[in-house]
Amino acid sequence: MAQPGRVSRRTTLCLGAAVSCLPLFHIRTAGAAGRLSVGFWDHWVPGANAVMQRLVDRWAAANKVDVRVDFITSVGSKNLLTIAAEAEARTGHDIQAFPTWEVQDHAEHLAPMDDVVGRLVSAHGRMAPLIDYLAKVDGSYRAVPAISGSQYKPACARIDIFRDHAGMDLQAVFPAAAEMGPGYDSWTWEAFLKAAGQCFKAGAPFGLPMGQTSDAVDWVGALFNGFGAELVNAAGDVTVRSDAVRQVLDYAKRLMPLLPPDVYSWDDASNNRALISGKSALIFNPPSAWAVAVRDNPTVGAQCWTHPPPAGPKGRFTPFLPYFWGVWNFSANQEAAKDLIEFLSQRAQAEALCTASHGYDIPAFAGMLDFPVWAEEGPPKGTLYNYPVRPQHHAAASIAAWPAPPDLAVQIYNQATMTKMIARVAQSGETIERTIAWAEAELSGFRR
Amino acid sequence: MEERRVAETLRAAGAVAASSAPWSRMSPRGGGLRRFARRRSSVAVLLCLPLLALIGGLVLYPALYAVWLAMLNKHMTRFVGLGNFLFLLHRPAFQAVILQSVIFAVSAVVFKALIGFLLAHLLHAVPGRSQRVWRGLLLLPWVIPLAMSTLGWWWLFDPSYSAFNWVLNVFGVPSVPGLGATWWARFSVILVNVWYGAPFFMIMYLAALKSVPEQLYEAAAIDGAGAWARLRYITLPMMRNILSITILFSLIVTFANFDIVRILTAGGPQDQTHIFATYAFVAGIQSGDIPLGAAISLFMLPILALGAVFVLRGITRRSAEQAG
Repeated sequence: MAQPGRVSRRTTLCLGAAVSCLPLFHIRTAGAAGRLSVGFWDHWVPGANAVMQRLVDRWAAANKVDVRVDFITSVGSKNLLTIAAEAEARTGHDIQAFPTWEVQDHAEHLAPMDDVVGRLVSAHGRMAPLIDYLAKVDGSYRAVPAISGSQYKPACARIDIFRDHAGMDLQAVFPAAAEMGPGYDSWTWEAFLKAAGQCFKAGAPFGLPMGQTSDAVDWVGALFNGFGAELVNAAGDVTVRSDAVRQVLDYAKRLMPLLPPDVYSWDDASNNRALISGKSALIFNPPSAWAVAVRDNPTVGAQCWTHPPPAGPKGRFTPFLPYFWGVWNFSANQEAAKDLIEFLSQRAQAEALCTASHGYDIPAFAGMLDFPVWAEEGPPKGTLYNYPVRPQHHAAASIAAWPAPPDLAVQIYNQATMTKMIARVAQSGETIERTIAWAEAELSGFRR
Repeated sequence: MEERRVAETLRAAGAVAASSAPWSRMSPRGGGLRRFARRRSSVAVLLCLPLLALIGGLVLYPALYAVWLAMLNKHMTRFVGLGNFLFLLHRPAFQAVILQSVIFAVSAVVFKALIGFLLAHLLHAVPGRSQRVWRGLLLLPWVIPLAMSTLGWWWLFDPSYSAFNWVLNVFGVPSVPGLGATWWARFSVILVNVWYGAPFFMIMYLAALKSVPEQLYEAAAIDGAGAWARLRYITLPMMRNILSITILFSLIVTFANFDIVRILTAGGPQDQTHIFATYAFVAGIQSGDIPLGAAISLFMLPILALGAVFVLRGITRRSAEQAG
């Protein structure tokens, strides 16, 4: 006879049988639809990660997927190292946030995303052609442009200094409105040079880095594109020996003496500090520098106005550094991963992310540029209105080294060939022809 | 009977120090395994296995994998043998990296050795407790995590807000482009490396100095030897092994340095401060050419390995002579 409180052998066997039958039934609990591991970019803007985490949690709860999110910093290129290690080991996160060039680098390990991109484009409008250049490999999208981390680098200039010393009313020329103001078409690199000289004389030189980091390469890339100065053409031929390259180097030679003498050793934070400290009249940057100025030096922050870069003989180009969300093709749960990416790319989630980042994040879809965040952020109100590239800017989102084939362009970009060319001419006093010959040798080496 | 004979044999060989009591309780089953476990060499191998596994997994495998990577094409789909190395040798940018690495490593090691030697002698002359205090203070640069201390140096050299330049400006001296002009930038990265590495030389030399028998100096003093002669004929010969091994070790570590250059200049201006590790990072990780990055980072391996063989052989020979 079984004693009260003790479990008999028969009960144990019944329980065991019942438990082993459980997987035969579909029980909707957390994690029932599998697990996902996600590596997102660790956002600069405080609070942005928390909103991302909330959105992911909401999707996870609705879809019964157990999701783990890691926010991986780009400081010290930790995200690049993580991506390289995961690609080598064929294991790691299911979803990764890929910085600008990384999709091309790891395309063979990424699951095609054409279905997701197709649905997003039909729902939210076209993407900048640059997205195709960076994310499409052999006719197939290998990643989806991410909202979090994608950034433009337009000009951010001081309203008061420009008004007092360059005779230019930034808010009138680049209003927070559907049309650009009078004088917009004359905002060219030549006008920029003149303003640089005036601000230099006033003791507030433009803060344009000329080192080998991203901020330097990005604005110089927009300058080269504006002059049509291609180092390597779309077919992969080295085309650096051209009149356009000579022109842009000659222009840089005239511009560099009007900048602080130490710009050759500036890093990505130096230009921010130059603006925030009130020493500089203009930088090219996302709104992070302005945001810190508002916090740390409100007088300067209230005088900042973001606007499109100048136009060159071949057009106006705004530096664009998109992030991408991709799914490794060795991921065990690719469908869930794609579903999460599609969810995060929807309008409501995109707006939440852009708002949480105070307008720093930029969606790649044309239909999402009407979020109120860029019109409402301030002071001064509307300072970020012209941060995204808008149709009235008549500008193209661009990246340095475009239109070279991406496997060459990534080397030109990361080895800062363009800024080194300018440094050779303007800092080391080399002739333009000798600099072009040096660049030719460098670029030929990239084609191995 | 058989068990007793085995036990006696082992005891005679010195393998068993304890009493023979456990042996008498031994079961005849599984004797082979027990015999294996009782052999000294077997136990030694077993005890070393975790270490061997660690070295194999964390040193040997990554090293061999790096060699394998360095012999693949850019997309890691084809074996190219020494192709990457030959390609690099023909690139002017890489030739400059070799030159810069040699300038960086050799000059840094020379200065570290000289400063370390001087500091060790000064410390050796400081008596008792004060020596411990000074030793602790002088070791600080070597103890602080390098990335952190280099950030401190970067703030001192900061292009726009350099503390050094601020002091210079106070005395009416114009600012120095510490990180922005080629030779100043090279000087800065070498200076930080010397600052960081000199205490290591100091502590090694100090240990060597302390091991030199005092009687040798006394005898030399009786023979009328001066300070220079004592240094030349007693200190240096007695320290020769330590000097060689410290310089060799430091040369290898300095050639492989990454943090200082990466943080201070990132290889700039115009790539003029790139050394092997930083250039390998740019080419391998940032530019997506991992085989080329591996080839760059392995470039000095044969030369340094050869140097190490000669230095270590010299040390072994001198040790044998001294023992003989």
